[in-house]
Amino acid sequence: MNNTKKQLPLPTQDDKEIRDIYGELLLNLAEQDDRIVVLNADLARSDSTLKFKEKFPERFIDVGVAEANMMGIAAGLANMGLIPIAHSFTPFATRRAYDQITISIAYAGLPVKIMGTDPGVTAELNGGTHMSFEDAGIMRNLPNMVIVEPADAIQLKALFKQIIYHEQPVYTRLYRRRRDKFFSGDEKFEIGKIYTMKDGKDITIIASGLMVGQAIIATNMLEDDGISVRLLNMHTLKPVDEETIIKAAKETGKIVVAENHSILNGWGSAVCEVVAEHYPVPVVRIGVRNHFGEVGLTDFLLEKYKMTAKDIHSEAIKLLGK
Amino acid sequence: MTSKLPDLTPEEITFLKKKATQIRLITLEMIGHLGVGHVGGSLSIAEALAVLYYKVMRIDPKNPKWDERDRFVLSKGHAGPALYAVLADLGYFPYEWIYTLNRPNTNLPSHCDRLKTPGVDMTAGSLGQGLSAAVGMALGARIRKMSIRIFALIGDGESQEGQIWEAAMFASHNKLNNLIAFTDYNKMQIDGYIHEVNNLEPLADKWRAFNWHVIEVDGHDVQQIYNAICEGMLQDEKPTMIILHTIKGKGVFFAEGKVTSHNMPIKEEELKIAIDTLRKEIEEIEGADVQ
Repeated sequence: MNNTKKQLPLPTQDDKEIRDIYGELLLNLAEQDDRIVVLNADLARSDSTLKFKEKFPERFIDVGVAEANMMGIAAGLANMGLIPIAHSFTPFATRRAYDQITISIAYAGLPVKIMGTDPGVTAELNGGTHMSFEDAGIMRNLPNMVIVEPADAIQLKALFKQIIYHEQPVYTRLYRRRRDKFFSGDEKFEIGKIYTMKDGKDITIIASGLMVGQAIIATNMLEDDGISVRLLNMHTLKPVDEETIIKAAKETGKIVVAENHSILNGWGSAVCEVVAEHYPVPVVRIGVRNHFGEVGLTDFLLEKYKMTAKDIHSEAIKLLGK
Repeated sequence: MTSKLPDLTPEEITFLKKKATQIRLITLEMIGHLGVGHVGGSLSIAEALAVLYYKVMRIDPKNPKWDERDRFVLSKGHAGPALYAVLADLGYFPYEWIYTLNRPNTNLPSHCDRLKTPGVDMTAGSLGQGLSAAVGMALGARIRKMSIRIFALIGDGESQEGQIWEAAMFASHNKLNNLIAFTDYNKMQIDGYIHEVNNLEPLADKWRAFNWHVIEVDGHDVQQIYNAICEGMLQDEKPTMIILHTIKGKGVFFAEGKVTSHNMPIKEEELKIAIDTLRKEIEEIEGADVQ
């Protein structure tokens, strides 16, 4: 990790979509571990698990369009010692089956793995019905639910086994169609630990998922302005890495949080809660403010909801009083 | 999966009748000690539990987590006290626990909790969910090539939940013949008679239409219940639904056949009479056995 250079390498694009990498990870693990069971609710085609079906038909379950039942079945499979991984778009993987996840999975203490695909604005042309800005927020309410958002394929690879073998239920926000490349592969990622992408002393930017890309660009813009930026990647929303957040509050005094989610009950809220209780400093939240989703490409929606690098930059400048 | 269990002997019938009455007695003592609880829907499933736990299921009370055991999911989790009565009687936990029902820090909460109670195979209580879990467990047993059976018991009111029918469709599509479910058809729910609130009829036809093997029995006749389970075990392709025609609050005068029995307070003097009655019934069954 090189934290001294002022400019970060800009995000690049991978050849493969994240879902292709995900599909490979799943296949490889299933070859080694016959407890892995894949569940879908009529979206296997879109989340790249059809290859799994070809190879392990007995461990591939498509429940049809019935997410509540999928979560209950997943709970039953976990109760038999298997490792069920349930897939759907983020709203249907959470909101649609929230009581089933709450009672049959979380309350029952069954470590089902839930994959929510196309988080936030990346649902793009599926629009408002398929675009959830509250999924991580509602999952955060559930005791013992772990919430992870791998930002690119490299981070996904690093966290994949930690997710699958976690002893608690895990909700993962999966960017299936993105090709972003933010990391080199040399990093060490651990569930529950914020990853420091760059050290700095004037202000901290905390970003997750898609917003890591905007945050990298914003960091470089601020460094150009002569501002020393600490950039943190909070890939785990729950459990919250309080220590790293408090340290950032103490050492930089100001925090901007950028998330591809509602500003309510997501990453920004979590950071606010930690600093308010332990070391109050000003925090600005960049995210979706009181909006339902709508059709639009990611770049358009980021701009419309004021979630671009420019927005992060201007909020940081305001916060710094410059 | 095709081996039929041997028929019940007259002694076994007597034994299971006695167990059903004992389940009622312990359930009543448990809820009565607290003074309020889910009386009606606990009492209506006593015979089904007796046949399952004292005759059919392969279990080991000394080893509640035994991997090769048959599983039971009480999807109508509010009938937990009846299941706790069975588990207490079988020695899954100290008998005195029954007096902790619903008290602070209890291991016997109002609705079934697999993390708290030894012998409870699945958490349930938010209605409609347990059958999906049982389906997942049946599927899991198949994936693991285990020759065990999964039993599930749902409520009639619970059958108004859409998720029941999602699970029903999936179970038959996947030919889960290792799944045997029961409906406690006592014809009552909290707000009144089922047929007045939201009619389930034709209930047997609904399950048949969902491609289940359906058997209707008198839910208070241990022989009929046992025969139905045996028939279910012989199914090669279909999951089985045994519709238990039952009486809510069965066996206890202040609850039997009363719509108000779902969750009711119990008066001290009524409790005494009811307990005496059940004890006498047990003695009579034992007496008949001796003769």
